[in-house]
Amino acid sequence: MTLRVLPCGERAVLVELDDLDHVLGLQRALAAATPPGVQEWVPAARTVLVRFDPSVTTPARLADALAALPPSSAAMVTGPLVELEVRYDGADLAGVAAFAGCDADEVVARHVAPTYTVAFCGFTPGFAYLTGGDPTLRIPRLASPRTRVPAGSVAVADEYSAVYPGATPGGWRLLGRTDAILWDAAADPPARLAPGTRVRFRPVPW
Amino acid sequence: MIEVLAPGPLATVQDRGRPGWAAVGVSRSGAADGPGAALANRLVGNDVGAAVIEATLGGLAVRFTAATLAVLTGARGPATLDGRQIAHAAPFHAPAGSILRLGAPARGLRTYLAVHGGIDVPAVLGSRSTDVLTGVGPERLAAGDRLPLGHAGGTVPGVDHAPVAEPELPPVLRLLPGPRLDWFAGDALRTLAAGAYTVTAASNRTALRLDGPPLARVVERELAPEGLVPGAVQVPPDGRPVVFLVDHPVTGGYPVVAVLRHADLALAAQVRPGDPVRFRRA
Repeated sequence: MTLRVLPCGERAVLVELDDLDHVLGLQRALAAATPPGVQEWVPAARTVLVRFDPSVTTPARLADALAALPPSSAAMVTGPLVELEVRYDGADLAGVAAFAGCDADEVVARHVAPTYTVAFCGFTPGFAYLTGGDPTLRIPRLASPRTRVPAGSVAVADEYSAVYPGATPGGWRLLGRTDAILWDAAADPPARLAPGTRVRFRPVPW
Repeated sequence: MIEVLAPGPLATVQDRGRPGWAAVGVSRSGAADGPGAALANRLVGNDVGAAVIEATLGGLAVRFTAATLAVLTGARGPATLDGRQIAHAAPFHAPAGSILRLGAPARGLRTYLAVHGGIDVPAVLGSRSTDVLTGVGPERLAAGDRLPLGHAGGTVPGVDHAPVAEPELPPVLRLLPGPRLDWFAGDALRTLAAGAYTVTAASNRTALRLDGPPLARVVERELAPEGLVPGAVQVPPDGRPVVFLVDHPVTGGYPVVAVLRHADLALAAQVRPGDPVRFRRA
């Protein structure tokens, strides 16, 4: 795997990778054998930000340690499996069907077929970017985001699926809703979907 | 117990924040001027991780329901206890029922009030800090709030007054190269160091938004969002730099040209809307 270590201040480096698969692979490798001084890491679409304790390691030593990690791939990620029940009655279901050239039932069938993996989180606490979806559902986000998307909305945009943990503005295409609680700061763990978690959607009547 | 009579423009409870949750979308947060809050805790015999009140631009008024030891650090402004002047960075005994009022600081933005025992509101994800971006942690303070104090176990140091240097104006923030420095035209760190920048009114605990010479890009493609650190200097499409502070989003979708020296984060947290800032290469 090609791994570029970019400077990011005195307490972090930004590791740039070829693709999302390698992001998942590096997370797995870091979790399996955390180099000395590494405090936490923040995965994103093409990068992993690695925070370290400057009293323990240096960017140069950390770069060597990261390059020496054994190869690891997305296919080896085996986080917990979470099943979410979804009422597929979203406002954008028909639009996504038109984009994919099929009917709404077929969109649902394609959306529930895969087992997804949480690649990274962001946007709001507990908002997970799910990868592994059907390529025909890779629709761009709305040109103009909605000012309020209801909590529990199940949505697609680009190569990702996601569930909105709370009511927020949002530009993803809404396929349905789940009653599952995705974020609860008082719960342990607070985020139902953390990086590495695998997810399946199950359609329920509405 | 401390009773909040008036919070001023913004008052929050802060400690050293909640590290370790960035991967699920929660930044560390914590006192914006970490050394200022730590000094306050040390002066009243608290652990440096105890929770304090961070008052923004003064205006805070509180009543102490029981006698205690307290101190003010950070931005220096007029302060009175039952009408008598209180010195800065000098621990004072607050009698039961006494009322502390903070005026607007002449310089600086954030004043810390530490009380012996620390503010003991419930912790969320291991911290009592209010994260104004995500809403994690206690609500911002409001008139009528009653804040419990922790067990006063620590030894109080025999210090009357801690000498604190007044920060220079304008503050000079030292820059290290950021991960996307090569996305910018020419010598971007030199452009930043040569420019006169001003803090805009849109600034808060999340970021300082600056007005001044824009930075031009040579790489125009979109950037997939990537992890941020406090002190990251991000450049949105208008070219005007944004300096992230403690309540930064965990990821950002614009290139980071530079990152502040860690020691200068506290300076960045004390500049206020309208203030000038200068940059220098570290």
